[in-house]
Amino acid sequence: MPLIDYIPAQTKIGFMRLRQVSFCLSAALTIIAVVLFGTVGFNLGIDFQGGTLIEAQSTSREADLSALREQLTDSDLGDVQIQEFGSARDVLIRLGRTGADDAAQQAIVQKVGASLGSDFTIRRVETVGPSVSGELVRQSVLALVLGAVVVLIYLWFRFEWQFAVGALVTTAHDIFVTLMIYSVLGLDFDLTSIAAILTIMGYSLNDTVVVYDRIREMLRRYKRMPLPELLDTAVNATFSRTIIVSLTTFLATMALYLFGGEVLRGFSLAMAVGVLIGTYSTIFVAAPILIHLGLRASTVVGKEEAEGEDMAKSGATKGDQRPAKA
Amino acid sequence: MLHFSRLKTAVILVITAVGILFAVPNLLPASVLQHLPSWYASSRVTLGLDLQGGSHILLEVDGAALRKERAEQVRDDVRRILREQKIGYTGLSVRDTTVQLRLRDPNDAQNALTQLRTMVTPITNTVLGGATGENDLNVSSGSDGQISVTLTEAGLNARIRSAVDQSIEIIRRRIDQLGTVEPTIQRQGADRILVQVPGLQDPARLKALLGQTAKLSFRMVDQSMSPQQAMDGRAPADSEVLQGADGVPYLVEKQIRVSGEDLVDAQPGFDQTTRQPLVSFRFNSNGARRFATTTQDAVGRPFAIVLDNQVISAPVIREPILGGQGQISGSFTVQQANDLAILLRAGALPAPLKVVEERTVGPSLGQDSIEAGKTAAYVAAGLVAVFMIAVYGLFGTFALIALAVHISLMVALQSMLGATLTLPGIAGFVLTIGMAVDSNVVIFERIRDEAREGRSAIAAIDKGFSFALGTILDANLTSLATAVILFLLGGSGPVRGFAVIYILGLLTTVFTAYTLTRLMIAWWVRWARPAKLPI
Repeated sequence: MPLIDYIPAQTKIGFMRLRQVSFCLSAALTIIAVVLFGTVGFNLGIDFQGGTLIEAQSTSREADLSALREQLTDSDLGDVQIQEFGSARDVLIRLGRTGADDAAQQAIVQKVGASLGSDFTIRRVETVGPSVSGELVRQSVLALVLGAVVVLIYLWFRFEWQFAVGALVTTAHDIFVTLMIYSVLGLDFDLTSIAAILTIMGYSLNDTVVVYDRIREMLRRYKRMPLPELLDTAVNATFSRTIIVSLTTFLATMALYLFGGEVLRGFSLAMAVGVLIGTYSTIFVAAPILIHLGLRASTVVGKEEAEGEDMAKSGATKGDQRPAKA
Repeated sequence: MLHFSRLKTAVILVITAVGILFAVPNLLPASVLQHLPSWYASSRVTLGLDLQGGSHILLEVDGAALRKERAEQVRDDVRRILREQKIGYTGLSVRDTTVQLRLRDPNDAQNALTQLRTMVTPITNTVLGGATGENDLNVSSGSDGQISVTLTEAGLNARIRSAVDQSIEIIRRRIDQLGTVEPTIQRQGADRILVQVPGLQDPARLKALLGQTAKLSFRMVDQSMSPQQAMDGRAPADSEVLQGADGVPYLVEKQIRVSGEDLVDAQPGFDQTTRQPLVSFRFNSNGARRFATTTQDAVGRPFAIVLDNQVISAPVIREPILGGQGQISGSFTVQQANDLAILLRAGALPAPLKVVEERTVGPSLGQDSIEAGKTAAYVAAGLVAVFMIAVYGLFGTFALIALAVHISLMVALQSMLGATLTLPGIAGFVLTIGMAVDSNVVIFERIRDEAREGRSAIAAIDKGFSFALGTILDANLTSLATAVILFLLGGSGPVRGFAVIYILGLLTTVFTAYTLTRLMIAWWVRWARPAKLPI
């Protein structure tokens, strides 16, 4: 027997009634996100901006940041940022792309290495030249766009267009909100962030698809049920699954955030936020938006009849009509 | 859905067993692995450079330098050919990738074109071996005896390609001298070389070794005027001023008497009398002959040893050097002498290389990352385990067994495929621990639904599995689409490591969470004959 039953087996929450509120909230978040992109922008990491990053560990118990700062501003290195990294011993030094070319950048790195001297051991050096960072930007944009297109095509193929559009809007919403977190918290935006965003994209879609599957199945079974009511039933039916999976994934990201080390901290924070947003949007955006995309029982059923018997699908097979619940 | 043929059961169990078997070496200490057969003991996850420590350096052939050098070379060839043919010309100059000149007598044009066209070589196709129909040079004439020789884009690209190939060879020779294990050196795109060297103590030294062209030449010092005069006024046409390693400028003849290509060996050593580090070298027979003639003619005059346009030393020739052996003594440290010997032995790069990307991680940080990743994975697995059992009881336990197999399979696949585990890969790993139970949850929730609709326990389980399959496939395929794109566009770096783990996770989760769980539950149903669902 299950030891506890925190999640009520059968919920009857009127999610669709809340859609005016949730749409407003989501629209507001998206607008804020866009405004932030324009004003605050992103804290671009060296992957996309070029430059050098040096992680060093003090040989004494505590790194003397102010002394280090003084030392490094002296030596004419252009834009230098120094911050604590995880513990009092570790520092992260960021050098902007000051060198006119790659060779000059290398010379600067050597200079910093020399001034760190014996007080610090260098644990990590990353340098990205201007040509490479440009390519990484192009590649990343391409990855995100291509990801969206492929998923859209897949959904269109498997579902009706209303679902495809709904899933795309929902996913876009999730990505915008996650990006907003990057902007607000000033998290380093680098290649791992692209990985995080694509993963959130995958997760959000996964979540949405599970609910959409159920909605489609119910559309086939209960042709007369008004759409808002049907959506509510479907969302409630999948509600416990949505919550449980969000929780386990959230627990995993929190484990990563707390114990996974400093380098992964930004990634796991973004993931954690993404999981929460993905869950919210599945329930409050993905499902109710179908009402406004003109989904009817006939769209699904009409297509179904044209295609004939849909085998091996989760959808109700014809002989499996069950009495509708009151 | 709950019936399994014997064969199917066997296949599922074999996959599970093999998965666990090949994941195990990752947990064993080295002392145990020694006693195991090597094919089995080697089934371990390859750690990325960000975890084991090492350097990832992306080099780019300096195309601009290559163009310039090639254009100057063509100019010299043009001069030589026209002189040999006694064709008069003026204004021989290089503009970008075009060599221009004007014939003194426009009537020579036809003859000059024919002679100059002997320089043209067709470009061969590197892949298919045949001719591409394109040439490396275009020779054309304009009005009034104008002649221009243009380097074609195809010709330059072919040169860059072959420069990359040669450089890879030379870099390999240089790195092998460092005595590190398993460096990876590969071409990347048209003009780049990716060098990955694990577990390096001194990354700066590696970069110094890679960054140097190491073009060595022996030339005479021009004593017709002082270097200062040459810098102030006009240097003789055949000489140039080069900086010395000691900071002093030298006026050196452009003509190369002997070049580093004629070296057959170079070794670090010590001067007998001063105990200073030096590099001793030996020429091949051609080099030895030329060195002998040069030194015979110039006893009492200084000659310059020039490395990458810098004068290392300029000793005075005391007596002819006939044996083809010599020494270079600058003010070296032991390490510098060592590295110079390595560079000279490995040969010069055909073109300068620049570092366009570098990611170096020290071994201690890598170890810390692994430890942190392990902790995160254990904590994540623990939390998910507690949660699943709390929510689903017995079925939760089944899900956890499936999760354990899923983790083993991921590790085993990663080990067998030789895919590299990176730090983002660890993140992906921990993440899949949370997401892997998704399919189980979909199934269990569906079973609960079916039971609520009034089905018997067995029928509910049966229907739950069959209804959930479509959902699980849909959900995982959409995630898979994004993961594959990440893999394709993730480049060579750590992000690709993340994509690999993510893809493996999605593939194995369908097997473990769906098929394996179904088998476990089928066994349990047969054994317990439940009248009521335990969830």
